Amino acid sequence: MASADQPKSGLPGVKLSKAGVMSFLSAQGILIFFLLGMLAFSLFSEQFLSQSNIMTVIRQASIIGIIAIGVTVVIIGGNLDLSVGSMLSFSTVLVVDLHDKIGPTNAILLMFAFTLMIGAVNGFLIGFLRLNSLIVTLAMLSAIQGLVLIYSGGQNVDIADQEGTWFAFFGRGYLGGIAVPILLFGLLAIVVQIVMSRTGYGRRIFAVGGNPMAAVYSGIRKNWCVFSTYLISAFCVACAALVLGSRVMGSQNNVGQGYELLVLAGIILGGTSLLGGAGSIWKTVIGVLMLGFIQNGLLLMGYPYYTQWIVTWVIIILAVWLDLANKRKSLFTTHS
Amino acid sequence: MTSIKGFFRGRAKIQPIWIFVIAIFIFFSFMSEYFLSWGNITNILVQTSTIGLIALGMTLVMINGNIDLSVGAILGLAASLAVGLQEISMTLAIAAALGAGILLGAINGLIVWKTGVNAFIVTLGAMLGIRGLLFVYTDEQSFYASNFAFSDFGMSSIGPMPVLAIIFLVCVLIMHLVLTRTSHGRNTFAVGGNPEASIDAGIRLGRHMMINFIIVGFFAALAGVLLSSQMGAATPNLGRDYELWVITAVVLGGTKLTGGSGSIIGTLGGVLAIGILRNGMNLMQVPAFYVLVVLGVILISVLIIDKKVNVPSSKEVRI
Amino acid sequence: MKAPTQSRRPVDAAPILKLQGITKRFPGVVALNNVDFDVRPGEVHALLGENGAGKSTLMKVLAGKHQANEGKIILGDEEMAFENPKHAKRAGVVLIHQEQSLVPEMTVAENIFLGSLPRKPFNRVDWRKLREDTNKILETLKCGFKHDDLVGSLSIAKKQMVEIGRALAFTPQVVIFDEPTASLTDHEKPVLYDVINSLCEQGVGIVYISHRMDEIFHLSHRISVLRDGQYTGTVNTADTNEDEITRMMIGRSLELDHASKPNDFGDNLLEVRNLSVKRVFEDVSFNVRKGEIVGMYGLVGAGRSEVAETIFGLRTPSGGEVVLDGEVVKFRNSHDAVASGVALVPEDRKDQGLILGMNCRDNMTMASLTSVSSMGFMQGAKERVVYDKYHQAMKIKTPSWRQKVGNLSGGNQQKIVIGKWLHTHPKLLILDEPTRGIDVGSKSEIHTLVKDLAKSGYAVLVISSEMPEVLGLSNRIIAMYDGRVTAEFDGDNVSEDELVQAITGMGKQAQAS
Repeated sequence: MASADQPKSGLPGVKLSKAGVMSFLSAQGILIFFLLGMLAFSLFSEQFLSQSNIMTVIRQASIIGIIAIGVTVVIIGGNLDLSVGSMLSFSTVLVVDLHDKIGPTNAILLMFAFTLMIGAVNGFLIGFLRLNSLIVTLAMLSAIQGLVLIYSGGQNVDIADQEGTWFAFFGRGYLGGIAVPILLFGLLAIVVQIVMSRTGYGRRIFAVGGNPMAAVYSGIRKNWCVFSTYLISAFCVACAALVLGSRVMGSQNNVGQGYELLVLAGIILGGTSLLGGAGSIWKTVIGVLMLGFIQNGLLLMGYPYYTQWIVTWVIIILAVWLDLANKRKSLFTTHS
Repeated sequence: MTSIKGFFRGRAKIQPIWIFVIAIFIFFSFMSEYFLSWGNITNILVQTSTIGLIALGMTLVMINGNIDLSVGAILGLAASLAVGLQEISMTLAIAAALGAGILLGAINGLIVWKTGVNAFIVTLGAMLGIRGLLFVYTDEQSFYASNFAFSDFGMSSIGPMPVLAIIFLVCVLIMHLVLTRTSHGRNTFAVGGNPEASIDAGIRLGRHMMINFIIVGFFAALAGVLLSSQMGAATPNLGRDYELWVITAVVLGGTKLTGGSGSIIGTLGGVLAIGILRNGMNLMQVPAFYVLVVLGVILISVLIIDKKVNVPSSKEVRI
Repeated sequence: MKAPTQSRRPVDAAPILKLQGITKRFPGVVALNNVDFDVRPGEVHALLGENGAGKSTLMKVLAGKHQANEGKIILGDEEMAFENPKHAKRAGVVLIHQEQSLVPEMTVAENIFLGSLPRKPFNRVDWRKLREDTNKILETLKCGFKHDDLVGSLSIAKKQMVEIGRALAFTPQVVIFDEPTASLTDHEKPVLYDVINSLCEQGVGIVYISHRMDEIFHLSHRISVLRDGQYTGTVNTADTNEDEITRMMIGRSLELDHASKPNDFGDNLLEVRNLSVKRVFEDVSFNVRKGEIVGMYGLVGAGRSEVAETIFGLRTPSGGEVVLDGEVVKFRNSHDAVASGVALVPEDRKDQGLILGMNCRDNMTMASLTSVSSMGFMQGAKERVVYDKYHQAMKIKTPSWRQKVGNLSGGNQQKIVIGKWLHTHPKLLILDEPTRGIDVGSKSEIHTLVKDLAKSGYAVLVISSEMPEVLGLSNRIIAMYDGRVTAEFDGDNVSEDELVQAITGMGKQAQAS
């Protein structure tokens, strides 16, 4: 019952009880891992905490990060998107291939239009036909990869004049001393975070993911909400394709393969539950950056890049276990 | 109980995917003169055996209400172990490969059981981590089989049947019996179909989940060993994206992601559908990537049909 | 009033199962308070009480699903502490669930022996033994399905039989039936009665929970009544009648405060004309005026909630029309309904009413987000004003607006749902079981609130299966049975008997006033 009239005995969390420590650890668990890891890396490598290294890491993480922002919105709305990897291939190939044919401006506009169209197909199937998002986006993953290959005829594409085009701005440019991909990543993160936490739209997405039935009984148009999350996801993929295409100035037709799972790994590391109705863009940004710094730190310590995958695995297991130690029935949990 | 009906135990309603399999089989028979030959048909079986074997285990895991994304990585690791260790001893190499699959499956199962965390998250982590272990072990190098008996095995036949096809079909039979005849198989359905009722009935959920993760780990490893023997080599990227193919095959075969429903016969249909499509379109000289589009469209169509058939619309609140 | 058809003498034997002083508390509610109960071998002991009186909780305690905070369970001569349902089953106490606990993809035989399939070496299922054991059970049930039928393909009635079969597999001493006939047709009920009678003959003790008087008088030897979690007494069926039982259930605590009911009605606000949804309800017509409270009374499953959901745009009518404020409306979804001034406080607070992981304030503004935002951005200050307004007006007890609604008691949760809808400023307020499972204090507060709302001009439709609620609130009462409106009564001049008859199908020919 109400505890409003209970005497207030000290501030909560100040007492160093075991439960208090555990709950603090689990609430801040990811961040603590992150900071400890950073500390360890900086002890082993002086370079690690240098400004240029940090900027390099963030720039490298920005593509996964931009996509992860969109996928986080989909997940908060209670669904999944596995098709982002194939969509990234599609959009990158499209924008690079069209660049020389119809000019950069038209190429970018057309690429955004087509990517959003794919997002709309996802959104229609999942939002309005109410199909299982995991299978639909799995099917889309396969179908879009096929479309890319059909479009490109299995050939890689590239841009002829790589130095002279202003298209290079998105992947290689700097603005005020900061790389454009980082700016784009940061801008998107801030905008989407504000939308999710401060607008009625964001509140509706949280509601739909938290309890779709109650959302509908509150007069929220759930179908449209779900539909829109896939448009946001597609928009983010298009932005990522802009950066990727501009940075490499050419594209293999499976360039985005496997991105969907790396993106999910980043989101899970950040601590957003896959069950929907909870999470934030900040968490995702931290999770993605963690992936980046782990990789970078291990590289600087002389380990090959793939050791980061093992470390990620271990961290996910630990995070999950810490989460469990505190609240046995957490949002993570699916059964008993 | 040895009658046909006994074998199917009255519950294996024919999955719609088999109608599709028969349809494309007839279609390609007419479209390509090479399609309908013993050599080509056994070829399809060999080609599908890799995904098919994993799909057998995945069917159990998914009926249980879980999913395993780490099978592709397990396959890759097992293949590299089987090829890489055979200089020491052939027996050791194969034992290590299969043992790794069982162990990794057990780890996945244990974590899902003890933490109750969504299997999707757990096995996604495992997928990355196991691939990492594989790269550490191989140092990003491909291995080539030094033992000719090993690479011959993958190409050999008994009579007119390739050995790999025989192994696959035998495993199909065994897993069908495990799922339909053993109490583990039946409890797998119960746990996935109604976890609450299963707990009330005293079924130990965690144990069955763990066994199923071990089974899928074993089959992924077995598929890895057989694939490397077929190729006479193992590459570190072997098995990438196989988890997606396997899940596609199992879902095509009528197994529900929510658990409690599915069959090995259906999964066999799903696997064959993919195999025949690839093979037939290849024979018709359609580029391989059209198969991807066709598969995606079929998968979504199956979902839509399933939704329309199974939900009596007037009973349901429009949400 | 029909005379009891076949009332039976009480069985003379020592109780096989005794409950003494059982108390069970849930956060914010005392569900059971010092309840005594016993069952003798070979008797049918009926347990009666209104919704929320604690019958189901008592039975769950008995079957090991819940553990009592205080009190003893004595089976035979032994005191038991059932930790889980399996434990209770082993000891011989089986609950036949109201909600289905079957696995649809498995056969009848497998469901009956779920968790205890007979085995042969290598973990193989012994199908022969399974089939024989199942057939033995099915013979006693005399039902029209076979051991290898898939449970998913059976009718609800037959599924119920499978549940009973599962109970029989444990050679039970006590079997608890929780509203077993709720989903059965008249044709299927006699089969169930036969099963119960044959169990009695074998010396099994039966606990029978039902709302339907005719059944209880037909089957039972003794009747016990619960009211608001309290035990009110036990009588022999042969020595009592429906009036006495009704009095025990409702108590005379029911003071019909007719004076405080609204009495100033305006024009028709809602008119429902021949509304139907195929296979759910048919030909439903009624109206609600401004300033009036109309009660919709009926048993669970009579189609009441479905009517409300159809008015609210959640279901597509297959016939008929809804007229709101003089205009025929066709809502495509609930959003349209809210925009036109319809509000629905749904039946299931936790699944339909609230987002449990969100805080109180966010739940409160969920249905009226545009009113607390500008240019799409949420205005925290406006939200707080809205929250504070209803927080005070409805005396919601929470430490802070930041509290997650999942941590509140049922009564406070329900007030938040009602507050959420009041802030949409509706013309028509539909309340579906507004006081189910909440404490007595909140209950009367909500009743007062509903009357005040009607007096201030709202048109109110209250759906309830609690007679005192319907009688105490409504100006008019619409009775539903089996998807149809069976009668309409004046709320101030109706007897309880008439109402009971109208909603149990006894008064199908009742006069439509």
